[in-house]
Amino acid sequence: MTLPRRTHPRPLDTKSGRVDLTHGGGGRAMAQLVDELFVAAFDNEQLDQRNDQAAFDVAAGRMVMTTDGYVIHPLFFPGGDIGSLAVHGTVNDVAMAGARPLYLSAGFIIEEGFPLADLKRIVESMAQASREAGVPVVTGDTKVVERGKGDGVFITTAGIGVVPAGVEISGDRARPGDAILVSGTMGDHGVAVMSRREGLEFDTAILSDSAALHSLVAAMVAERPGIRVLRDPTRGGLASTLNEIAAQSGVGMLLRETDIPVAPEVKGACELLGLDPLYVANEGKLICICPPEDAGTLLAAMRAHPLGRDAALIGHCREDTHHFVQMETSVGGTRVVDWLAGEQLPRIC
Amino acid sequence: MKYIDEFRDGEVARTIARAIAAEADPARSYHLMEFCGGHTHAISRYGLEDLLPANVRMVHGPGCPVCVLPVGRIDAAIWLARQPGVTLCTYGDMLRVPGSERLSLLKAKAEGNDIRMVYSTMDALALAQKHPDRQVVFFAIGFETTTPPTAVAIKQAQALGLSNFSVFCNHVLTPSAITQILDSPEVRELGTVKLDAFIGPAHVSTVIGSRPYEYFAEEYARPVVIAGFEPLDVMQAILMLVRQVNDGRHEVENEFARAVTRDGNEKAKELVAEIFELRKSFEWRGLGLVPYSALRIKEPYAGWDAERRWEVPQASVPDNKACDCGAILRGVKKPTDCKLFGTVCTPENPMGSCMVSAEGACAAHWTYGRFRNAG
Ligand code: SF4
Repeated sequence: MTLPRRTHPRPLDTKSGRVDLTHGGGGRAMAQLVDELFVAAFDNEQLDQRNDQAAFDVAAGRMVMTTDGYVIHPLFFPGGDIGSLAVHGTVNDVAMAGARPLYLSAGFIIEEGFPLADLKRIVESMAQASREAGVPVVTGDTKVVERGKGDGVFITTAGIGVVPAGVEISGDRARPGDAILVSGTMGDHGVAVMSRREGLEFDTAILSDSAALHSLVAAMVAERPGIRVLRDPTRGGLASTLNEIAAQSGVGMLLRETDIPVAPEVKGACELLGLDPLYVANEGKLICICPPEDAGTLLAAMRAHPLGRDAALIGHCREDTHHFVQMETSVGGTRVVDWLAGEQLPRIC
Repeated sequence: MKYIDEFRDGEVARTIARAIAAEADPARSYHLMEFCGGHTHAISRYGLEDLLPANVRMVHGPGCPVCVLPVGRIDAAIWLARQPGVTLCTYGDMLRVPGSERLSLLKAKAEGNDIRMVYSTMDALALAQKHPDRQVVFFAIGFETTTPPTAVAIKQAQALGLSNFSVFCNHVLTPSAITQILDSPEVRELGTVKLDAFIGPAHVSTVIGSRPYEYFAEEYARPVVIAGFEPLDVMQAILMLVRQVNDGRHEVENEFARAVTRDGNEKAKELVAEIFELRKSFEWRGLGLVPYSALRIKEPYAGWDAERRWEVPQASVPDNKACDCGAILRGVKKPTDCKLFGTVCTPENPMGSCMVSAEGACAAHWTYGRFRNAG
């Protein structure tokens, strides 16, 4: 049952209006913001009921749940914005268990004075991302903090999903001999965001790779349910994520630098900024670790999917009590690919 | 980008490696010092040591600007940041270098002092324009490559009449540091450090040219090959040095001819000469007091010199006793000789300056090469 839409005497001024403290105060102004912006954009039955929670039936089997906070700066970047990112990121965290994402929640913390036009743009982009992913935002929350106590807007999303029977994907399951695959080029998101960061702006055609990966995961799991590890290399990039997995699983890894896909523009920008693309964040790529005999089939399945076109086999797991992630470099030497230490910063000399 | 990939080609690297292996005389050893941190980084980052025969060894030099600043200068920067009304700006790596009493600029920032990370001198200048109520001090470090931008900033500050901008000048000079190493007792008398030849800096040489190395190549009979920072540049330079040593030559050769000329960048050199003059001596971490090895701001530009505006402490402060950075910067020790390496001291928690910047010998070895020593 859907309640009739409440009407408000004057519509929200999403052209030049700004968020003020009343928009988080629990009164009529807040109800209007919720109705005209959030409920209208996300447009689904659960949200329309305007309860403080969403109700739904639970599927049989294993469920997964995840939550993530989004504080990205700048809010808008080439190829996405904080809204679409908040959907993709959480959908991906659910999907990396091999699960089918079902529902999302969204919490907004908005700074007083934030332009309503920007908020509208963010919410609409979020709604579009959720529609495209087929994962509705079914419950939410809005808070407004005083000017200077936030940075425009922060978003927290949580997601739940259900794991198909027979799938058991976890970061501690990599074994010596397993193949390491990536679904595409590394570092696009981080470089796109950095190109818009204050004091660093540079012109580039690079777009963030921000995307929901659950359909790619579904295609892979359908082919080979025995996948051992899936993970999206976000903060800290490929290097840090592989180190996490190596530590969790108690294995070492050997990669080949020349097999790791990096877009030429990303390579160029990293060169300029003194960054290493292996440490730069991705938001639409995944790492897959699987038994060596499954690698060929999975690679083919990935390459057949639009989000896995540039998928590649980049190395193997191996026995190593130190759990080193090592790499044969482009010139034939060997080195450690370490965790990221601190923030990655341009070299000065 | 094709341009860069050309200098990282595996096939070419193996060809050069084969030539080095074929031409290196098995009856002797070759100790080659890469002066510059950029080369240290490239060697570790690409695992170049794997491509060299056992008797061709690389010795890391002191050419890492973050590494060579002594504790006293870090303490002085922290002192400056604590002066009322001061905003101290510097490059990111400097924030983490430990001063005395386990302080660093990063910790001083957490105490509430206004310390900012900038990407260039111009960012610091812009900050001064934006905040006329603050005294913006740029903590300037680096070799000849970073000196011209500092000079430009001072000129601009003068043109703009910016009285709230100043520079804490710590610019140092490459040739005097190399001479100091060659004059050290370890190299000259004791023979504990063998140094047969040098890889000369890439970016520094684009500014100063190859001529300044001619003196010590001749005087100390050590060959020099100036090389770019790409792995193939380094491999090619090593081959050229092996050949010079074999022939008994000690010349300055230029592998990096695509960017370096004999006389360097005249314009940049003129600008630097206009604003800076030599300090009689300057303390380096590891090398001690080195005569005529650093720059200070000339009298006509005194208004932009932080050391004249404030009574900046000039004390020399000893290194942490357990840290071997000093010996590492002279080529006397290797990172793994230090007891703290990888145990107490890691890039997350650096005890010495060599563990901070990616160009520091300890950080480079820990980050890229530590599997070599793992049992
Ligand atoms: S490992 Fe740390 S303490 Fe030891 S020499 Fe290097 S920087 Fe100094």
